[in-house]
Amino acid sequence: MVGYLGIDVGSVSTNLVATNDHNEIIASTYLRTQGQPIQALQQGLVELQQQLPPGFKVLGVGTTGSGRTLAGVVVGADIVKNEITAHAVAAASLVPNVQTVLEIGGQDSKIIILRDGVVTDFGMNTVCAAGTGSFMDHQAERLGIPIAEFGNLALRATNPVRIAGRCTVFAESDMVHKQQMGHKLEDIVAGLCEALVRNYLNNVGKGKDILPPVVFQGGVAANAGIRTAFERALGITVYVPQYYGVMGAWGAAILAREKVRGGAGTTKFRGFQIARLDYQASSFECQGCPNQCEVISITSEGNILARWGDRCGRWESML
Amino acid sequence: MFAELGHEVIVPPPPSKHTLDLVTKYAPEFACIPFKILLGTYLEALALGADTIVSTGGIGPCRAGYYGELHRRILEDLGYNIRLFIIEPPLKRPGDFFRTIMSLVSNGFTWLRFPVILQRVWAKLNAIDRVERASHSIRPYEVVKGETSRVYESCLQELDKACSLQEIRDAERDALARLASIEQDRSRRPLKIGLIGEIYVVLEPFANHNVQILLEEMGALADRSIYLAEWSRGNAVVAGEKDVKRAARPFLSELVGGHGVNSIGQTVLYAQQGFDGVIQLAPFACIPEIVAKSILPRVSRELNIPVLTLFLDEQTGEGGIRTRVEAFVDLLIQRRNRREGQVVWSGI
Repeated sequence: MVGYLGIDVGSVSTNLVATNDHNEIIASTYLRTQGQPIQALQQGLVELQQQLPPGFKVLGVGTTGSGRTLAGVVVGADIVKNEITAHAVAAASLVPNVQTVLEIGGQDSKIIILRDGVVTDFGMNTVCAAGTGSFMDHQAERLGIPIAEFGNLALRATNPVRIAGRCTVFAESDMVHKQQMGHKLEDIVAGLCEALVRNYLNNVGKGKDILPPVVFQGGVAANAGIRTAFERALGITVYVPQYYGVMGAWGAAILAREKVRGGAGTTKFRGFQIARLDYQASSFECQGCPNQCEVISITSEGNILARWGDRCGRWESML
Repeated sequence: MFAELGHEVIVPPPPSKHTLDLVTKYAPEFACIPFKILLGTYLEALALGADTIVSTGGIGPCRAGYYGELHRRILEDLGYNIRLFIIEPPLKRPGDFFRTIMSLVSNGFTWLRFPVILQRVWAKLNAIDRVERASHSIRPYEVVKGETSRVYESCLQELDKACSLQEIRDAERDALARLASIEQDRSRRPLKIGLIGEIYVVLEPFANHNVQILLEEMGALADRSIYLAEWSRGNAVVAGEKDVKRAARPFLSELVGGHGVNSIGQTVLYAQQGFDGVIQLAPFACIPEIVAKSILPRVSRELNIPVLTLFLDEQTGEGGIRTRVEAFVDLLIQRRNRREGQVVWSGI
């Protein structure tokens, strides 16, 4: 059996998928990055391989997410792609006439507008993470509710309270206040979902023409309370795909297939055994000029695999 | 120019992370990034022994006109005993301009030399602009990534050494020849992207995370709407830029300060010249650019040109800029693919 790998190394989660030759997902993993992107990636590869039939041949690999460059070096990627494009490709492959993609991940939230299968506009949160997965995680923990049950609890609300959702810290103060006033837990949780959606639509979604079909993906799409809040605010049905949590990785796999079939021919994949190798990442500030670039090098088993971060390329080109 | 007026000129190092570390301590948090980088640069120059600072003022409803005064007060509060001169635009406030210049002239200077000095400074500014423009037109085609930047840096050092008009002309000719000899792949079809926005963040690569070079190394031709000499001519010496303001008029006819009107007008001009897209560079919390940003979606829709806005301040992460710029370039490639009847995602 042959196929492709897609790897999405994000701030909070590291996701991997394997596809067959027709872009269909045949295996996937979803792990917490926990500040250790290389280890998470290696662990993910081990788990993915266990799900794959013996002798599965990798024809191409794509990486995406904020750790895409690092992951690309470690695995030997054929394409390293930003997460906006990767998510758009995945959504458009699943729902060809999709016009809006809502994506909320661990620390990023983005909106992608497509028309006739082409991205025409996008937006991404800039200075604030209120309204992302990390915030929901934190609040669930504070309230002692498993994150998986957070959304269903919100659905049981009869009278959602209004929570100030612009800032994570102030939203928390407001929630504490509402608890002390005696509001029911499900009404507070539902209020939080609505506040998050309001914040998203007023910041990331500001000025964007949100038309159906709307696809909602990223880890937060697991939360039925958020999905319902979106549907109520927009007045349109919001579609959550089966593989909502690994759409970025899937997009990377689809792009890897395009790339390898479109010209490259053979893959640069270094094989599943890289999960057992030792990798070291280190960085230093170059003192060669006033730019003081932060240069990153990746070493494996005593060999330098890659260096980047230097604007002039003097370290990069020394390999 | 000030060296020629009889002063020792201390050139502060280019802005760096160290500059920002300095200012986050002393600047008001809600001042914009140009204010902060300038203040940091002054502090670095003072540490190198400078006792006089020359800055520019300005007119119109943008906070930058008052920055010189605010800088002076912050530096005084920090205990520096310095002279800070604020040069006003000569056309708009001729009296102020010449009073400031007069007080900067040291003893033993003969006024007869003034036109000669001005001519040389002007020639050098223009030569630097032309060499820089050449580097931007070559980089998207370079075969060895980074080569154009390396050649360009060494050309700048040669230009810096040139003093007489003849030397400046020779250095420019050499620089252009060296740039032209860089190995290039002319079969590429670069996207054409216009860079607009507030002058300081458009001109200062440190403030905009080298976005022009980033785009060019991704294989796009990035046209910057502002060059220093050109702008000085248009705003300080002769009254120019009429066509930019005229182009903006259907969308924005009010004066909104800073470069707000220019941002609209230049987007219109880029659309008319068949550019693939426009990137607006704006200091975080800059009112003129916020006004422009709220009007740009209409310009974008009516003239069918995609616009990406990047707000910049000391909190802006390089990774975030890169992700957005890459996605924007992908978007432009998709549009071109569809226009040309090719597979939408090909070549991404």
